[in-house]
Amino acid sequence: MATLTEQTILEGLAEIVNEETGLDTASVQFDKSFTDDLDIDSLSMMTIVVNAEEKFGVRIPDDEVKNLKTVRDAVSFIAGAQV
Amino acid sequence: MTTIPQQRRTLTTTTGAAYSRIWGVGGYRPERVVTNEEICEHIDSSDQWIRERSGIITRRFAAADETVVDMAAAAANEALRSAGLTASQISTVIVATVTHPYQTPGAAPIVAERIGANAAVAFDISAACAGYCHGIALANDMVRGGSAEFVLVIGVEKLSDFTDKTDRGSAFIFGDGAGASIVGPADVPGIGPTVWGSDGSKWKTISQRNSWIEVRDGDIDWPAITMEGPEVFRWAVTAMAPIAQAALDQAGIKAEDLDAFIPHQANMRIIDALVKKLKLPDHVAVARDIAETGNTSAASIPLATQRMLDSGEAPHGGLALQIGFGAGLVYAAQVVVLP
Repeated sequence: MATLTEQTILEGLAEIVNEETGLDTASVQFDKSFTDDLDIDSLSMMTIVVNAEEKFGVRIPDDEVKNLKTVRDAVSFIAGAQV
Repeated sequence: MTTIPQQRRTLTTTTGAAYSRIWGVGGYRPERVVTNEEICEHIDSSDQWIRERSGIITRRFAAADETVVDMAAAAANEALRSAGLTASQISTVIVATVTHPYQTPGAAPIVAERIGANAAVAFDISAACAGYCHGIALANDMVRGGSAEFVLVIGVEKLSDFTDKTDRGSAFIFGDGAGASIVGPADVPGIGPTVWGSDGSKWKTISQRNSWIEVRDGDIDWPAITMEGPEVFRWAVTAMAPIAQAALDQAGIKAEDLDAFIPHQANMRIIDALVKKLKLPDHVAVARDIAETGNTSAASIPLATQRMLDSGEAPHGGLALQIGFGAGLVYAAQVVVLP
């Protein structure tokens, strides 16, 4: 897979968040916090992580998930994990 | 070097029934209904939060003097009535539980004696929320192998004794109850191949907090069962769908052939995720007993089965896919013909 830009990852992630929560894709922005701004609970977060792994072909370990506080954290991790 | 005599008798062995099936199912639900509001007296949570995270509205707690053995015997007697059998016809009693509060002896011999299945083979298995499906697998192999004719498989838990009422991550999940099935001989296949296994690397994600030795030697509270909810959720929704699908494939059954899907009642959102991943058609009835029963570990599948049969949600003689998964981590899945 060709390396994706952060903007492309953001758009893909927004689609995953929309599918899990019904939130408008436009509301998924870099500076948003998953829990505080987007009101995503821990189980939905796990579903989003699992679907992101599948979509972007990366591995996001359990221990890493708790560090993904904002959308930017997730996009940066996925960008860095691409090979 | 010693030698074996050339001319010697060979061992005589047993042969069993061609196939097995579930003859009857029974359940026991303790009387006391516990609401989310009551759970929230000990944790900083709310009815809405619990419903959103788990789908649980109420659960049942056993009375203080009501034991795992009491509940198991009640469910067993229901299963006997459902199967049209008497206790004297039961040759083996398997109790799946993780909350019988004696390290030894097991609950099964006491249950056997209590219901009148005297001298039956009787033993417990520890496979947590997958215990019932492990029991069905063993029973099927025993009936077909000729070591038993009728096997009583009981899943029973008094999780309220092993729950930390102040643990926000697990206090709202667990409930008490018992479910039982009787497996016996059949002329046509009634229990498909079991797909089962374990992943011990994740043993700490659902576990008693401390060993009994640590409790004895340290200044440690009662070692309740705790759970890493999100990690277990992730494992259940990613790893268990392929196991359930493999159970279908090995039985030669397609999702559209099913009448019911009866997964362990761990969490409504795990159930929903599995239904989605397995692409189950709308006509397949899905067990959602967790809403009113909570997560009763080994008891959840037979209790849900009984509810679906009693309510008419699933037909007698219908095909059901059942899958248990939990502490260990362990799992087992099989397709069964409902009694």
